[in-house]
Amino acid sequence: MNVTIVDYNSGNISSVINSFKEVAKNKVNIEVTADLNKIKSSDKVVLPGQGSFKSCVDALNNISGLVDTLNDFAINNKKPLLGICVGLQMFADVGYEEIETKGLGWISGKVLKIDNQNGKYKLPHIGWNQINIVKDSQIFKGIENNSHMYFVHSYELVPNNMSVVSATTDYSSSIVCSIEKENIFGTQFHPEKSDKTGLKIIDNFINL
Amino acid sequence: MLKNRIIPCLDVKNGRVVKGINFVDLKDAGDPVEQAKIYSDGGADEICFLDITASNENRDTIYDVVDKTSKKCFVPLTVGGGIRSVEDINKLLNCGADKVSINTAAVQNAKVVEDSSRKFGSQCIVVAIDAKRNNAGWEIYTHGGRNSTGINALEFASKMEKCGAGELLVTSMDKDGTQSGYDIELMQKISSAVNIPVIASGGVGTLDHLVDGIKSGASAVLAASIFHYGTYSVNEAKQYLASKDIPVRI
Repeated sequence: MNVTIVDYNSGNISSVINSFKEVAKNKVNIEVTADLNKIKSSDKVVLPGQGSFKSCVDALNNISGLVDTLNDFAINNKKPLLGICVGLQMFADVGYEEIETKGLGWISGKVLKIDNQNGKYKLPHIGWNQINIVKDSQIFKGIENNSHMYFVHSYELVPNNMSVVSATTDYSSSIVCSIEKENIFGTQFHPEKSDKTGLKIIDNFINL
Repeated sequence: MLKNRIIPCLDVKNGRVVKGINFVDLKDAGDPVEQAKIYSDGGADEICFLDITASNENRDTIYDVVDKTSKKCFVPLTVGGGIRSVEDINKLLNCGADKVSINTAAVQNAKVVEDSSRKFGSQCIVVAIDAKRNNAGWEIYTHGGRNSTGINALEFASKMEKCGAGELLVTSMDKDGTQSGYDIELMQKISSAVNIPVIASGGVGTLDHLVDGIKSGASAVLAASIFHYGTYSVNEAKQYLASKDIPVRI
């Protein structure tokens, strides 16, 4: 099996690579590339994302044909795709970090700044927070409700249809932190930095 | 609920932990990779390396340490010490660091903070503030505490927030190494002056000091000696904080 981590110059993805290689051992081939043919032929795709919504969308668009290839992969061919952090946020129709920016439009909704209640809550939301699992998700197999995950973000995905939400976390308000819509998965938290429970989520995704 | 973080810090020089201790099962007390792994297995919420390598020709040793650690520890890894430029930051992140902590370079040229937070995201840019009390409040120092600057710590903290820092690592130079507790007033003042998380550092000798640090408004507490010399394990520290009703990840 081939799992491709999309390397589209979206910032630091070395931790994502390390964690997937750790879980995959030598049983699964982990590719790190933006090569369109390699993405097309892979079984699963991971879309990481660091920095701002706009910088990540711009970086995706800078690689000619990449957005179309991802659309084919996830929407037309319905193959499993996991978005992490801004990778998940980009599933939305639109994001408002820096400036209004169009997203991939796979999950109807928008990406807004977390309401920090006039400074009552520090932003970014950094650290370990518990997840409330609200629906069975294949990537949560063997993960207990209220498990701790590592977060670092200031913006949140607000979907129009809450049925895609698989987990939330509490910070200022209830924040969507995981989604599953058919073959499309996403986590706002960083499984690659969430120690053993995070690696278990990666393992679940690889074993889908 | 968001948990308060406990961050053990290791001083690394020429690729080796500066003062070794006698952890059981530790093959090489000077190996930062092994030490980091013990901390992360023990429940450390993050790991911090402070590179105190003095000579430039040995500077590259830290990259190898970071590379190896990031393949074994799957909690966030922060690396500080000797970072001068956006290129240095890029190199550390590519080796597997999740965050970098910038001290002297941030004071000398705030643009390094602006440019790097724009390029890599605020989440990976920590500004380290070394502060010492004076008549007017606190003054910041650079070059590992050797050079005074005349800059007010609170003003500098706000400026760094505006420049795009994601977190502030605040060390009291008056307290550092004394094991008499954090400079609580400093932590309170900086925490309330900024909207980004503050990591308290410098002076921890007992577990109550960690409690005081969190109560001061810091989001995370950093300590070196108490963990390094095995006075307490990270897990003991967390259990103690939990017993004082401080939310921690156990």
